[in-house]
Amino acid sequence: MSDYLIFFTTILAAGVASGTPVLYATIGEVFSERAGVLNLGVEGMMLMGAVTAFRVSHVTGNPWLGLAMGILVGGLFSLLHALVSITLRGDQVVSGLALTFVGFGMSSVIGWPLIDVRDAPRLPAFDIPLLADIPVLGKIFFQHSVVVYIGFLLVPLAWFIINRTRPGLHMRAVGEYPAAADALGIHVDRLRYLYVLVGGLLAGMAGASLTLAITPLWIEGVTAGQGWIAVGLVIFAGWDPFRAAFGSYLFGAIRRLPLDLQGAPVLPWNLHLILRDPLLNYFTNMLPYLFTIAVLVIGSREAMRKKLGAPAALGTPYIRGERGV
Amino acid sequence: MESSAKVDVPAVDMRGIVKRFPGVLANDHVDLTVYEGEVHALLGENGAGKSTLMNILSGLYQPDEGEIRVRGERVSFGSPKDAIRQGIGMIHQHFMLVPSFSVAENIMLGMDEPRFLLDPQKIEGTVRELSERYNLDVDPSSKIWQLSVGEQQRVEVLKMLYRGATILIMDEPTAVLTPQEVEDLFQTLRGMAKSGHTIIFISHKLDEVLAIADRITVLRRGRLEAAGVEASSVTKKELAHLMVGREVLFRIEKKPAKAGEVVMEVEDLQAEDDKGLPALKGVSLQVRSGEILGLAGVAGNGQRELAQAICGLRPVMGGVVRVHGKEVTNAAPVVLIKEGVAYIPEDRHGVGSVPNLSVAENLALRNYRWPPIGNGWRINRVALRKQAVELVQTFDIVTPSIDTPSRLLSGGNLQKMILARELSGDPRVVIAVHPTRGLDVGATEAVHRLLLQERDQGAGVLLISEDLDEILSLADRIAVIYEGQIMSVVDAEDADIEELGLQMAGTRVGAGAEKGEA
Amino acid sequence: MSTGTEGLVSGNPGPRSWRVKIERRLEQPRWLMWISPIILILAALAVGAVLLSIVGVDPRLAYSRIFSAAFGTPAGWLRGEIYPLSDTTVKATPLILTGVGVALAFRMRMWNIGAEGQLFIGAWATTGVALHLLSPETSPWIMIPAMMLAGFLGGALYGAIPGVLKAWLNVNEIITTLMLNYVAIFFNNYFIYGPWALRGFGLSPRFPRNAWLPRLMDLSDRFPIFRGLTAHLGILFGVAAVVVVWYILKYTKWGYEIRVIGDNPEAARYAGMNLKRNIVLVMMVSGGLAGLAGMSELSGVVHLLQERFSPGYGFTAIIIAWLAKLNPWGVILVSYLFGGLLVGGDQIQPFGIVQMLNGIILFVVIGGELLLQYRVRILRPERIVERAAEASGS
Repeated sequence: MSDYLIFFTTILAAGVASGTPVLYATIGEVFSERAGVLNLGVEGMMLMGAVTAFRVSHVTGNPWLGLAMGILVGGLFSLLHALVSITLRGDQVVSGLALTFVGFGMSSVIGWPLIDVRDAPRLPAFDIPLLADIPVLGKIFFQHSVVVYIGFLLVPLAWFIINRTRPGLHMRAVGEYPAAADALGIHVDRLRYLYVLVGGLLAGMAGASLTLAITPLWIEGVTAGQGWIAVGLVIFAGWDPFRAAFGSYLFGAIRRLPLDLQGAPVLPWNLHLILRDPLLNYFTNMLPYLFTIAVLVIGSREAMRKKLGAPAALGTPYIRGERGV
Repeated sequence: MESSAKVDVPAVDMRGIVKRFPGVLANDHVDLTVYEGEVHALLGENGAGKSTLMNILSGLYQPDEGEIRVRGERVSFGSPKDAIRQGIGMIHQHFMLVPSFSVAENIMLGMDEPRFLLDPQKIEGTVRELSERYNLDVDPSSKIWQLSVGEQQRVEVLKMLYRGATILIMDEPTAVLTPQEVEDLFQTLRGMAKSGHTIIFISHKLDEVLAIADRITVLRRGRLEAAGVEASSVTKKELAHLMVGREVLFRIEKKPAKAGEVVMEVEDLQAEDDKGLPALKGVSLQVRSGEILGLAGVAGNGQRELAQAICGLRPVMGGVVRVHGKEVTNAAPVVLIKEGVAYIPEDRHGVGSVPNLSVAENLALRNYRWPPIGNGWRINRVALRKQAVELVQTFDIVTPSIDTPSRLLSGGNLQKMILARELSGDPRVVIAVHPTRGLDVGATEAVHRLLLQERDQGAGVLLISEDLDEILSLADRIAVIYEGQIMSVVDAEDADIEELGLQMAGTRVGAGAEKGEA
Repeated sequence: MSTGTEGLVSGNPGPRSWRVKIERRLEQPRWLMWISPIILILAALAVGAVLLSIVGVDPRLAYSRIFSAAFGTPAGWLRGEIYPLSDTTVKATPLILTGVGVALAFRMRMWNIGAEGQLFIGAWATTGVALHLLSPETSPWIMIPAMMLAGFLGGALYGAIPGVLKAWLNVNEIITTLMLNYVAIFFNNYFIYGPWALRGFGLSPRFPRNAWLPRLMDLSDRFPIFRGLTAHLGILFGVAAVVVVWYILKYTKWGYEIRVIGDNPEAARYAGMNLKRNIVLVMMVSGGLAGLAGMSELSGVVHLLQERFSPGYGFTAIIIAWLAKLNPWGVILVSYLFGGLLVGGDQIQPFGIVQMLNGIILFVVIGGELLLQYRVRILRPERIVERAAEASGS
């Protein structure tokens, strides 16, 4: 029995860790979309954050400096999207795609010399005193890298800012009905820039936490679609940080499955041998992506049923004083 | 200055205001002088530049030329916040309220206090106080989308009063109200004027302007026609001439109806709105050939849903739709098109036209499937262009060419294009929803003429409008809808405005007139 | 044409500070539509040069290498070398097929970002037919059409999945098509490392000769100038696809419906068009063309199934479609440009440089679209002098 317990505890603990980068990215996208800007460039911003953090950490030996630079570069990158989609009123979908292309290409150029690096300093991991000793839960939640703990704090903080503060109110107004906000003197474009930037900073953080803690190495396209998964999780989460956290950790557990199944406990009818078969990996590797499609279906159905969903002005630039279309 | 009572400094003084938009000179050296404590009407047709001028005064637009003085002081507004700081608040025609927010949240939006933490209770208390003082009843904790249009308007007024606005601009505030609600609003406005507030009242309705305003400024095509004339010194006819620039007929020439058999009927129709709430609660109506049935009611009482449910664009949850005796409940829209049902939707840009396609292609939207335009799986472009040339001429659509994208047409010509498309195939049933909303007098007359012409040719017309005057002048029979139910159906000759107004607000009057109850 | 009053001077005191005013043009001037792509690409290369310098690559060297590999050198032209053009054609072939498919979907505002996955599934189906379904001796007149059909159907069915999800469950197709790209690649890997593996190398066995598309070099006995040229029949598939899609859009009811739905789905519903069926159909044709690209690439170039036979054709297709303004004929032109970039990209390391340039080009194009739709006017303080800063001028 305890074999199974250990197995599941390990999966869930690994899930919390490997879901953390996606969590940052998802919450960042929640901010951006709540303000009305769809940013499909999360993957690109994450990659830029990841490669910058890794390279800075490798060169300076200081992972904290790496983290800071990763966040910063993610933010700077998001401003490209802000410029094109807010000021220049380009198509938000295509601009986000472009951001991903640039991020992918640029990160692979920057990361070229890092391919074989295995010894870049990582961010520290530690057990939380007392809490880590709780059976099962301690292992799942409180024996992790520092980035995982910061993630725990970020979720309620994001919820609070969105729902209980004046800046949050203004952000939601800009995403729901920018003309109303504008008529009251709220600077629509300025706020949209701000929250696209917040989204970029968090995407940078997502990338940095990946290469500095969760999978500490650099390969081209190391994020493997996690930025896209974040965009999907935002819909599943109904633009709510707590549901985003739930989705992210679940995703994390599924993502780790191919690895964890290698250590599957003995099961009746030799099922464990099937689970440990390396060829099965090609299918378990698909699971995170199929999972994302599945949660999207759930999220979309719910939105249709409850007749609520995306911020009303999501994806549309705001133009004041233009007449007739 | 012919103003006698007010000799002090004007509350608002706008001089030589010019505002250009691409392709339009919206304001051409316009002046406006408004004194404290008066109700000042800004009169003009749709597109005359009234809203633009007021958007400038409320800080939303910056003028290209001209100067603004508030209480004698030269001002320059960079944002609505600057205008509010000077006590100027505008209530837009399309309410600027976030539907998913509560009343209190909408009211505190954009305020400098509180700096960070929201305290809804405190705000709700203040709002409650304010609403009692001005007799503007509304529950601060309810969400905007749950409120009626009249309540939403009160929220808008409260929002401005909460900000300490003393100069209140109201853009077409009566368009969405019942006659009784209009009277209530006028009461409130008079009360506010008496207590020292200044009110600028934008309208294109002459009777209203004469009823509420102390003085009147008239705009036509972005130009000043009359500046601050005393309301007591002009007649309706003079105002109409100033507004339109020619003589206006207040009554439409109309032959008596020759109503025939029933061409379209709905029985106990039920449907939901976009939020999944019941919007039609058992509607029964009959439209006969050769008549116009006018459906009166305040917007948002199920009119849109009724039109969509009939045309197959919204699922019918219960009841029956028949066209020429044939049941078409929940039929695909194309079936209704085949049955000869023409539909003039309320949203010309969002539903009625395809903005980036050419006028010619827009005109084919209804009949592209069939010869001569549709030819097997192909489209005959020659026939498509030929049809466009003919319709543009017959219906007098002003467009640079038939290849011009329809988004470049003016509102009136866009509507003529939609009418040309819908009416050219000799429809048996016409469903027209708010067909003249936002059009100027000329275009409105053209639309009315076309609808009457259809009627005289034997089509049954269901005219859905929130403009009671329009219904009274066009319809042969009048039905009133309120919260998804038909309150009454009467012959136009027997209609009484007072009664219709009460029914639009949900009060049942008289006996025996009721029909269509579930 | 542009409107508004130029050079207007007013006696009134104007705004007190510099102001930038952005206003929409009612219609685009024709000259601008022709020149703009060239200006935009030059601007993109300039931005790219800056970014390349930042990351430590000499832009002049990178650009000159790319150009000479893609389009040849003046010295080469004089010697009559046409192999750069042939190489570029090879790369442009899958780009045209995927690009025109993506453009078709985009015309209906269906964001098919899944051409890469559809291409892989098309390639997989092709391989199944060439290696396992038909015997190696099958006549090419049967083999090749069967492979084309398999490739198209594979891509079409794979494209239908997000179409169905979108049509009936309103699931965002951007994410689903993207996720299915990853799924397709794992699916493919399973076969080339598992059942179809050749000694566990991640490669399938080589296709029989009868499953190869004819290449120019096959004609070198008769035309010596074609010696060593690898351009293959697939380019004709591409051109045919462009003609068909152009015809559909302009001269058929279905094309009319696609254009109406793409511009205003509400109006389409109102006109009685079947949105669900059209969504699935468009996704199938779009995916089918990507699948055909996979077939043409395998049958014409690689001759076996492997892990990395596509340098992101399906993604580049998105950029191509947009740059071509969703015009089928434009796709051919732009595909050659990006094909050249790919050929040149093989000459420089890392490959990311090309992807970076691709992204930058797309960025500059969408940012630049504003300059076509809007005019930027700068209002000077005091004296209002309006100056139209045209897209080309500034």
